[in-house]
Amino acid sequence: MTPPLASILTTFRDAVQFIFEQRESGAGTVRVGGLQEVGHLAANHFAVSFLAVAIALAVSVPIGLWLGHLGRAEFLAIGVANIGRAVPALAIIAFFVAFLGTGFTNITFALTLLAIPPILTNTYVGMRQVDPELVDAARGQGLSEFQVVRQVELPLALATMFGGVRLSAVTVLATATIAPRAGLDTLGTPILSPEVYGEAGQIGAAIVVAVLTLTTDAGFALVQRLVTPKGLKVAGRGGGPSRTWPMSIRRVQLR
Amino acid sequence: MSLPLTIIAQGGGFVRSRAGETGCPGNDGICLNWILDHLDRYQTPFIEHVYISVVPVAIGFAIALSLGLLAHRLRWLITPLTGLTSALYTVPSIAAFLLLLPVTGRGNDTAIVALTAYTLVIIFRNVITGLAGVPKDSIDAARGMGLTSRQLLFGVELPLALPEILAGLRIAAATTVGLAAFAYLAGAGGLGRNIDSNITFKGNVLVCGVLLTLLAAALDLTVLTFQRFVTPWRRAASS
Repeated sequence: MTPPLASILTTFRDAVQFIFEQRESGAGTVRVGGLQEVGHLAANHFAVSFLAVAIALAVSVPIGLWLGHLGRAEFLAIGVANIGRAVPALAIIAFFVAFLGTGFTNITFALTLLAIPPILTNTYVGMRQVDPELVDAARGQGLSEFQVVRQVELPLALATMFGGVRLSAVTVLATATIAPRAGLDTLGTPILSPEVYGEAGQIGAAIVVAVLTLTTDAGFALVQRLVTPKGLKVAGRGGGPSRTWPMSIRRVQLR
Repeated sequence: MSLPLTIIAQGGGFVRSRAGETGCPGNDGICLNWILDHLDRYQTPFIEHVYISVVPVAIGFAIALSLGLLAHRLRWLITPLTGLTSALYTVPSIAAFLLLLPVTGRGNDTAIVALTAYTLVIIFRNVITGLAGVPKDSIDAARGMGLTSRQLLFGVELPLALPEILAGLRIAAATTVGLAAFAYLAGAGGLGRNIDSNITFKGNVLVCGVLLTLLAAALDLTVLTFQRFVTPWRRAASS
């Protein structure tokens, strides 16, 4: 039972109109939609996501670099990604709301938890992928351990690391849609309150979320390409670095 | 394709029936006794959740495996197919559920279409890398024995690529269980509706979270057992 094309088009035109023009709410008491409100929600959405990814970076990059350099605690660095996949995002948010309450801090922290696994695992895997002979050669030239990390391993791991940051950012932007349940208005507000915003509001907000995520992903893809050392681009099979899901993660898991 | 979906008609009935209760549930506690008494309320949503997780993974596996085999033969297809499936994966699931609503309507079908799209990239990639990782020597030996290219694919390449392919299937299954928790926004069933309808009640959130995590782990274990079963030579090699 697929509705006719014309009705589908009307629904989407209405949704796009919601983004640009204000209208009466479902109950007719307030005015909803329009660029100002959608822009405000999108700014909130972006801010909480950015903050969560930034904190996750600050926490997981040093740990990942350190463990990756030493080649220790592989079960931790890889296992965290497996656990992160098994626990659903909605369950994590719900857990925070039920046990720790609502608010900006709590939702940021919950999103940070979601952002950590891909960054940590990719940092670790990126460091482990570096050719051990290069590290030996660097040590032979008299570089200190810190210099080995800073000048040899980090540049070579950077592309894989960015693959992880990219996956984190996309996950967090997607999950910030349910932040209204934790008391923060984001683009999820029209989606979760159809009685106020109507179907046009739901679909309009969904369009903005999708555009925001796809743009962010494309931006990261560009950065990922820029930070890939020239040597790796030439040597790598098929050119560019692995994208959102580095194959190597499972290579390590298999063993 | 319509599973009995009486639970949808109930909507948020789950919440309201609790509000009248006194004692622990009324205070949003963990309430072990309440959980044990009301476990049956989670039965139908759980079965629905299994349904909207397993069906997309199965359909996605069939599509991605076919695409992978096609791209293995026609190498130039790898880049466009990877790009297309990655782009599908990048669209947030919640947005995808809502954007599909005007086209496929409310219900499980919409959830299944969107969730199937999410499994493609994970499985497709692993099919490609799995087939690419087959040792050249094995292929040469098989050719030397006079195998046709069809025999080579099904007798040598696919079996050797199986662990990598099934690793993709495991990731896809765990991911789909998590994403299916948002399927209630598309009017589908599943445990997501239970979580959302009563998100401040600790006992409810705990039961749903545990059930979802167990489901993801169970699917993972099922594929792993299947893998052990169909790749006996790996056990032989390691012992």
